Amino acid sequence: MSAEALSALGLSIRVAVAATLLNALIGIPLAYLLARRAFRGRALVDLVVTLPLVLPPTVTGYYLIVLLGRRGWLGAPVYALSGWSVAFTWYAAVIAATVMALPLLVRTARAAIESVDRELEKAAFTLGRSEWRTVLEVTLPLARNGIIAGLVLAFARALGEFGATLMLAGNIPGKTTTVPLAIYTAVQTGEMGEAVALVLALTALSCLVLILAGRLGARAA
Amino acid sequence: MSRALRMAVLVLHVLSLPAVARAQEMTLSVAISMKETVETLGRQFMHSRPGVTLRYNFGASGELSKQIEAGAPVDLFISAAQRQMDELEQRGLISTASRRVFARNVLTVIKPAGSALDISKPADLVGPKVQRIVIGNPKTVPVGQYAEESLKSLGLWEKVQPKLVLSENVRQALDYVARGEVEAGFVYTTDMAVRGSQVVEAFRPAEDTYRPVTYPVAVVKASKQPALAQAFIDLLVSPDGQAALARLGFQPPPRGLR
Repeated sequence: MSAEALSALGLSIRVAVAATLLNALIGIPLAYLLARRAFRGRALVDLVVTLPLVLPPTVTGYYLIVLLGRRGWLGAPVYALSGWSVAFTWYAAVIAATVMALPLLVRTARAAIESVDRELEKAAFTLGRSEWRTVLEVTLPLARNGIIAGLVLAFARALGEFGATLMLAGNIPGKTTTVPLAIYTAVQTGEMGEAVALVLALTALSCLVLILAGRLGARAA
Repeated sequence: MSRALRMAVLVLHVLSLPAVARAQEMTLSVAISMKETVETLGRQFMHSRPGVTLRYNFGASGELSKQIEAGAPVDLFISAAQRQMDELEQRGLISTASRRVFARNVLTVIKPAGSALDISKPADLVGPKVQRIVIGNPKTVPVGQYAEESLKSLGLWEKVQPKLVLSENVRQALDYVARGEVEAGFVYTTDMAVRGSQVVEAFRPAEDTYRPVTYPVAVVKASKQPALAQAFIDLLVSPDGQAALARLGFQPPPRGLR
């Protein structure tokens, strides 16, 4: 495998790991809130988080540019203050992958949390546990399988993200060229050997993740 | 008739149109910098030939030539560089007899309109204020190949490496500059007009720092409409075609080049 292909593989793994961690950080609390709390705007939050699942990735990518580009709603003030912009950096690839993967985690984790017996939570509550400790010691452990499944799906989605990444992070070898982008470029330039090597590597990695997830699920059950 | 039924009939009618009306259809794979020219001449071409429909496939020349290698059903290929056409000719995929050079273009460096940066000579690209420069991916995009040649002969290629953002075609490079995502970008002079209010010219690299930008055209061997494709080439090299090209800022092909 060429140096460029190896760097794409390394970057893809870094991006997918970072996006999965961000997903855990944002997605699990969000799933809990959506499952257990009634708050104003809940339907809207649910809608916005789920949209990337149904929209073409390029549409999501376009929204990310409007939001985070140098002249974007958020990007412009950041650029004015710091002279830095997230577009065309590997952080952009992480953000794109995170947004695209989030609905998979939130929906799976939410369903798992909703299926936790509320009586058990109430019991913990009556025994003097705060809601915070009830969540950590009762709800999340009981919903563990669903959450792990969601994280695996999120990781796999992040690993394969193409459209939104291309739009926000570009396709810069060594910097933002993840494996899916490298495969696209390799096919476009007729480097079929390179493409095949990357296709096989990504397939093997995805299989590994699924097998690992199966093991984890079996142990948890 | 109910509204829904009328709607359904209309939809069916529209869906069935292509099969009925399009007697002769020709697909042109066109270097995207030629988009407006080919669309303009294409309208004229179709107008004078009722029943003929042109389909356009715009993109980077390198991408288009790979599609033709892979057997894409294309009748005519217009490239923004000789290299991609040479590759196809060597593989016997285009009709050598039909190959002509019909236009020439000029490389330029642009910056976003309203940019306060002083980018008036090549060395300014190396300055610390210029964080990102977009060029077409030299692997597939001719304007990126020309930019690479120019930067190399100016001795700046290594220095700009950390700043480079690669685009999939010249119009994407133009878009990155127009959106202000990058401080500068390499495009053709003819591209600027497409986003005229959003970009300004910074400077033109000396024309002896890169190979002349010439546009070859040829009929694809596998074409089922070779005569029609040849007629389009004839239009491109005709006084009419050359006048349309000149209006959009293209130069005539260098003398001595076929």
